[in-house]
Amino acid sequence: MRSNDLPISRVDWPTVLVYFALVIIGWFNIYAAVFDGQAAKSIFDFSINSGKQLVWIGASVAIILVIMAADHRLFENLALPVYLFFLVLLLLTPFLGKEVNGQVLSIGVGSFRIQPGEFAKFATALALAKVMERPNFDLSQTKNQLIALGVMMAPVILILLQPDTGTAMVYFALFIMFYREGFPQRYYILGLGFIALSLLALGIENNLYLAIGIGLIFLLLVSIGKRSWKRTLVFGAIALVMIGYSYSIDFVVSKLPPHQQNRIMVLFNPDLDPLGVGWNVTQSKIAIGSGGFLGKGYLQGTQTKFDFVPEQHTDFIFCTLGEEFGWLGSLVVIGLFMTLLYRLVVMAERQKTRFARVYGYSVLSIILFHFMINISMTIGLFPVVGIPLPFFSYGGSSLWSFTILLFIFIKMDASRSQQLGRLG
Amino acid sequence: MNDKRPFVIIIIISLVGLVLLTKLFMIQVMDDSFTRRAERNAIQRVVDHPYRGLIYDRNGELLVYNNPIFDLMVVPKEFSVKDTAKFLSIFGIEKEDLVTAYNAAKKYSSVKPSPLIKQISSTDFAKIQDFLIDYPGLFITTRSVRSYPTPIAAHALGYIGEINARQLERDSSDYYEQGDYVGLSGMERFYEDELRGQKGVKYKMVNVRGVDKGPFKDGAYDTASVAGINLTSTLDRELQLYGEHLMEGKTGSVVAIEPKTGEILAMISAPFYDPNELTGADFGKNYSILNSLDSKPFLNRPVMARYPPGSIFKIVQSLIGLQEGIIFPETTFTCNRSLVACHNHPSPVNLFGAIRNSCNPYYHQAFRRIINQEISSNTFKDTQIGLDAWREKVMKFGLGGKLGVDMVGEYGGDVPSSQLYDRVYGEGRWKYSTIYSLSIGQGELQVTPLQMANLAAIFANKGYYYTPHLIKAVDGDPTRIPAKFRIQNDVGVDPKHFDLIQDAMAEALYGTANRAIIQDLVIAGKTGTAQNPHGEDHSVFVAFAPKDDPKIAIAVYVENAGWGGRAAASTASLMIEKYLRGQITRPQLEEYVLANNFIY
Repeated sequence: MRSNDLPISRVDWPTVLVYFALVIIGWFNIYAAVFDGQAAKSIFDFSINSGKQLVWIGASVAIILVIMAADHRLFENLALPVYLFFLVLLLLTPFLGKEVNGQVLSIGVGSFRIQPGEFAKFATALALAKVMERPNFDLSQTKNQLIALGVMMAPVILILLQPDTGTAMVYFALFIMFYREGFPQRYYILGLGFIALSLLALGIENNLYLAIGIGLIFLLLVSIGKRSWKRTLVFGAIALVMIGYSYSIDFVVSKLPPHQQNRIMVLFNPDLDPLGVGWNVTQSKIAIGSGGFLGKGYLQGTQTKFDFVPEQHTDFIFCTLGEEFGWLGSLVVIGLFMTLLYRLVVMAERQKTRFARVYGYSVLSIILFHFMINISMTIGLFPVVGIPLPFFSYGGSSLWSFTILLFIFIKMDASRSQQLGRLG
Repeated sequence: MNDKRPFVIIIIISLVGLVLLTKLFMIQVMDDSFTRRAERNAIQRVVDHPYRGLIYDRNGELLVYNNPIFDLMVVPKEFSVKDTAKFLSIFGIEKEDLVTAYNAAKKYSSVKPSPLIKQISSTDFAKIQDFLIDYPGLFITTRSVRSYPTPIAAHALGYIGEINARQLERDSSDYYEQGDYVGLSGMERFYEDELRGQKGVKYKMVNVRGVDKGPFKDGAYDTASVAGINLTSTLDRELQLYGEHLMEGKTGSVVAIEPKTGEILAMISAPFYDPNELTGADFGKNYSILNSLDSKPFLNRPVMARYPPGSIFKIVQSLIGLQEGIIFPETTFTCNRSLVACHNHPSPVNLFGAIRNSCNPYYHQAFRRIINQEISSNTFKDTQIGLDAWREKVMKFGLGGKLGVDMVGEYGGDVPSSQLYDRVYGEGRWKYSTIYSLSIGQGELQVTPLQMANLAAIFANKGYYYTPHLIKAVDGDPTRIPAKFRIQNDVGVDPKHFDLIQDAMAEALYGTANRAIIQDLVIAGKTGTAQNPHGEDHSVFVAFAPKDDPKIAIAVYVENAGWGGRAAASTASLMIEKYLRGQITRPQLEEYVLANNFIY
């Protein structure tokens, strides 16, 4: 075996570098988020979050080494057992775990706690890869669609029991992977149309305008196309369903728990309740918005470290970046994420097995979703859902689960020449 | 079939990045409102209040200073007491009061300071100072209140108080903030800009709970406060104090002016109050008590009270007549009491005799000559022309309009014009017989005590005056006082005409105001009696002394004290003696004034 056949030499170094860049920038920002000029502690101080995060980072490096040293066949062989193991853990979490704010997210002993919901992501990705690599698994067939959705929905249902809506939502990102793997396009058009209509119905105060709009489009479509009774009837039915839906969604929203209702309404009008529900978004936007083009300078921010932004070192860590490094800093970090995502597409496409490709696209889907939703909620583009910014946010479970998720794929990619091509 | 799907995914990734960066650009670079909101959030502006300028009297004696008072502040979260009994004894506070104040502080905020004990005096502060270190969460803040070593001249000095909403609105310079103290009356108000100093500002960072997180940018934007400018007043502390002593229990005014400069030596408005009452915590309580009194102690009588000038106005009439060439020293009129009432004196009289005896018919006839100069054959028209010409000359004496003293709320008095009579009687329907009361200082004429004192200064100066003022020097520099106080105002009467007047005034004391006579000191004076339809007449006296080199001009009004020769002349004489001699040689006269029993 020649030296360049060794997996280490085939590691996709740009991806690894981007990973470490994000982890280290994140670490500095976690320090800035808790930095107190009057009682300054070292970034290495284990009594503050940056010190603890350093421990998680150290452990992540150990995890990376273990993954890289493991046999590449291991993941394929263990995919289903690992998936089942985490399903059992998720099932047990509500009974064994500790309740915080009405949610039971973590289990563990003493101060060592993990969130099974975080780790179940890579397990689900592996399980889907395993299921979908079977020969002739065609996602255009209803049976196969149901199998894939079943594997995906099992953890979602268990996570909703905790309940953790944000984490559960992440799994729906796997539809991006399904899309690549041939899930029929019409469902996506339908889904996107549904989302667009929902947003319009919620965003527009008076649904009558929306109904008139839909009616006008209907008339336009009917008048310019070929005249047929059947076509007119189909379009008319669709228009009526849309109008009916737009009226019913307000009713559905009113049946949601109040805190979720508020999160949705604040999205459309952030000044609705700036001291109450709107506080997080308002303060988060103030922090980021006050950063300007170049930012206030490292450790010079006032909004995050003085606790105006809640959860400033976990879900709202992007605020510290936006405040202290401004738009330029945001550009660098968003650029790093986009580089990582592009790279993942390239890597996934060059896999020789469907197993690795499905897994690669799952990784991409999950990271893209986290990245998009987390930053969107800090700048008021999406309701506040409690999901972390990958590699950036403070917390062992989050950092480790993303590290495992990403590096299993890096390992697969590095070992791709040893795989037998089974792409169908 | 799936070949284009990876590209769709790449496009989605690109779109996400583009949308996020665009939105970030909008809120970070395009919209600067977030920067301001962040500053409002986290940066607290703490005003460093400057020391207000001090006020001295003309001899450098302190009249107004700042007295530091101390508030003991507590931060409830940091505060703890082990030995409560010891704490109570050190700080001299009852347990209930401590508990009440502590609970109130805690209710306000457990991390922000609130007062625990308010208004601790300097002596008590010295006692507790050393113990403060034993009690975490306690500290002292210093404020200062105005204080008056000698409690005099409350009206002239004025008082300060919290700025009100209307003043805040009118403050175009945006200097003031809610809760600031400003001069509300007297010199405190007139010289607010000099006295207030310059506020300093410190910017400190606070967290979401309001806890102090240190100076913003290490104090780069902080400014230090600049103390206010010290003022020197024209007041003579001793004379003011003595005047207030004499006016104790009376209602009226005393205004003493240095004729050569217009400097106000003493300005007494009786009844008066202790200026210390309007400082510190009791301001509100005392203010409403004083404000509700029937005696109206807040009325600044020297510039706000209005009286008819009475007989003293005859001197102005004489001077106008002499200057006009209408009457001469030798001009005589008979004391024709069918024209206007008079008292027993030899008749006929020349000008000297008319002043000395204050002859009413003389001025009735002399004034007719001044008014009706037969410029128009129509007697109504002639009177109108004559009156307006005369009014213009009278106003040059500082009457009928505000003098412009450095006080707010000055009343300008009244010298009637033809328009007034036209309004009352109709145009062309009034003539000399309608207005003859003006000849003897009655009728529609109104003057303030300050204007009367200024008249005395004009007589002393033989025809000019400086606008009376209370400011002698700004920051020790006499050239920095307002320029208008250094301009000589000419009354338009030749100085030579004043000799006879001065002689007659000096002579007038014998007979009308014997009590005012001081041995070896020639006083030129004139009694007056301001008629009061509501009760006893007001006793009035104006004078200047010494006659040959006047150092003091004075007007005294004592309300409801009858004839001018008694209360007013006696008070004026004592004031003159006090100022020129520094001591009182006539204890029985002093007793007479203090006894306040002038009606008999």
